[in-house]
Amino acid sequence: MQPLHKLETPPLPREILLRIYREMVRLRTLDERMMTLQRQGRVGFYGACTGQEAATLASAIALEKSDWIFPALREGGAMLLRGFPLVPYLCQIFGNAGDETKGRQMPSHMASKSVHQVSWSSCIGTQLPQAVGAAMAAKIKGDRTVVAAYLGDGATSEGDFHVALNFAGVFKAPVVFICQNNHWAISVPSSKQTASESIAIKAQAYGFGGVKVDGNDAVAVHAAVKQAVDKARSGGGPTLVECETYRIGAHSSSDDPTRYRDEREVEQWRKRDPLDLLRGRLQSWGIWSAREEDELRAKVLEEVNAAIAEAEKKPEPPRESLFEDVYSVLPWSLREQREELLASPPAGKTSQ
Amino acid sequence: MAELTYREAVAAGIAQEMERDERVVFLGEDVAAAGGVFKTTVGLLEKFGPCRVRDTPISEQAIVGAAMGAAMTGLRPIAEIMFSDFFGVSWDMIANEIAKARYMCAGQLALPLVIRTANGSGSRFGAQHSQSVENWVMAVPGLKVVAPSNPADVKGLLAAAVRDPDPVIFFEHKGLYATKGEVPDGEHVDRLGTAKVLRQGSDVTIVALAAMVPRALQAAQRLEKEGISATVVDLRSLVPLDTKTLLVETKKTGRLYTVEENPRLCGWGAEIASIVAEEAFYDLDGPIVRITTPHVPLPAADELEDNTVPTVERIVETVRRTAG
Repeated sequence: MQPLHKLETPPLPREILLRIYREMVRLRTLDERMMTLQRQGRVGFYGACTGQEAATLASAIALEKSDWIFPALREGGAMLLRGFPLVPYLCQIFGNAGDETKGRQMPSHMASKSVHQVSWSSCIGTQLPQAVGAAMAAKIKGDRTVVAAYLGDGATSEGDFHVALNFAGVFKAPVVFICQNNHWAISVPSSKQTASESIAIKAQAYGFGGVKVDGNDAVAVHAAVKQAVDKARSGGGPTLVECETYRIGAHSSSDDPTRYRDEREVEQWRKRDPLDLLRGRLQSWGIWSAREEDELRAKVLEEVNAAIAEAEKKPEPPRESLFEDVYSVLPWSLREQREELLASPPAGKTSQ
Repeated sequence: MAELTYREAVAAGIAQEMERDERVVFLGEDVAAAGGVFKTTVGLLEKFGPCRVRDTPISEQAIVGAAMGAAMTGLRPIAEIMFSDFFGVSWDMIANEIAKARYMCAGQLALPLVIRTANGSGSRFGAQHSQSVENWVMAVPGLKVVAPSNPADVKGLLAAAVRDPDPVIFFEHKGLYATKGEVPDGEHVDRLGTAKVLRQGSDVTIVALAAMVPRALQAAQRLEKEGISATVVDLRSLVPLDTKTLLVETKKTGRLYTVEENPRLCGWGAEIASIVAEEAFYDLDGPIVRITTPHVPLPAADELEDNTVPTVERIVETVRRTAG
């Protein structure tokens, strides 16, 4: 492999590099628009991926369609990369009738079986043992599936992180743990999250390899994750990939980082914006031009705005739907409670 | 009919389902090579091999979490949590994840899994090894809750739990493992959510679960000699709850007693009492009476444990005192 800092030729096929970049631009645009909508009161909550697009998308693209993603907060964009349409994605954020998950989960917790991505759990780290179980199941079934388990730096302090890595090591499960170390777990810096010299090093304690990469460098992220995925698929067991990146924005729309974080630190990281880094490389390889950049930005903004307009038109989810899917079959007890509820005046916007 | 112990019926039920469906796998602590600390899973490793019958590291949240991930992606796992008290350790996975995953993804993913566990008193293991926690689970939407009282029900309800498309929490009772009973030959599959009337009486109705069922039956025999005729209902399953049988049998006698190992506050008896008060108030001839453990953690010493959990004598005395 060529040294990453002076790659003279593209290490990946042009179409893959361009696909990563286009998805990064779309995700950045989407996040900016959604944060604006949140401030306007049109969306209740939002967790943006800004600054972490390379770690999210260049890792997800290393997976095959049949692989599963057990995400953390900031990997919703991986669903879009894997072909999930934008309008129902937005409907999940709006929590309206266009949401395939029927308004059941809070925004930024989208899921779809169609792209093999489960919902993030609001309880930090709990996706990790589940991901290991899915990977163990793949091994038992004898199929080629690999499971990508995403987490943040904060999740490494949870018990679930340790039990999941332990299980993965013991059972040599085909799972890749992808930690987006964005340096801040809400207001707690990674220096106060762990005394270890890195997150990657923690894998050693569980008997497998950990690797730390520049999480803002899409090419580096892809190379590390692809290697780990290939290893898992060929029976080599798990890997922990630490993507060192930075949360440029707030933890979520409910957070104000100026209370606890030095803006100068943010400015330093803005200089290492993952979009700028990849665009610089693409231009240096002669496969991206300023004109293409302008066209892409305009096209993506138009696409996102059109999707928002369409998604916002959808009605509220019907209240009778709230009884569905608790069990595979609606039990008589819930049928009775549904009748009871429907006999009472509706609550919420429609009743005001 | 073969006579099996309650513990043998567990292995028989698991084996029946593993033979039938290769998606059924079994994992837990000390379940394979050791055959379970209560010897409930003896022979399964030899029969089905280490890929499908698996000893795991000691990590309740990973056992349950892995079962969840496996269920979401196509297997039908049975996970064992050695003592139901350890549900506390894996409670996030049970109450926040397994119970809610189907709902939160609007039914896109099913969670056909069973968590088996040893519940209840009788072993003098104290407050963290002998609790009855079926009421914890009963309170969480999305879970089904089963607690058999005899070997035939163990096998039949366990089979039904494995075949069910929803997550089922299967409470075995430690105090019943050595008890024996007839189990139907051949494939035996029961139905979840069905109570059984074990004894028909005319004066009072006693509703019980798991190890409280044989005690309720013994109490009924003694009461009979004193001229009080008791119906005994084995609930078998708390979710789904066989409310119909419960109400029918209560209305027949007009008096209801619940016998449970749950501590008093928010034990399952409280829910039963609420349902009956709402649905059959005018058919009652007297107050509903709950016979429970007091609202204390379960002590370990013989004398103390025996005085905490409802006994045959306490059931008899309570009914005698209040039924008149």
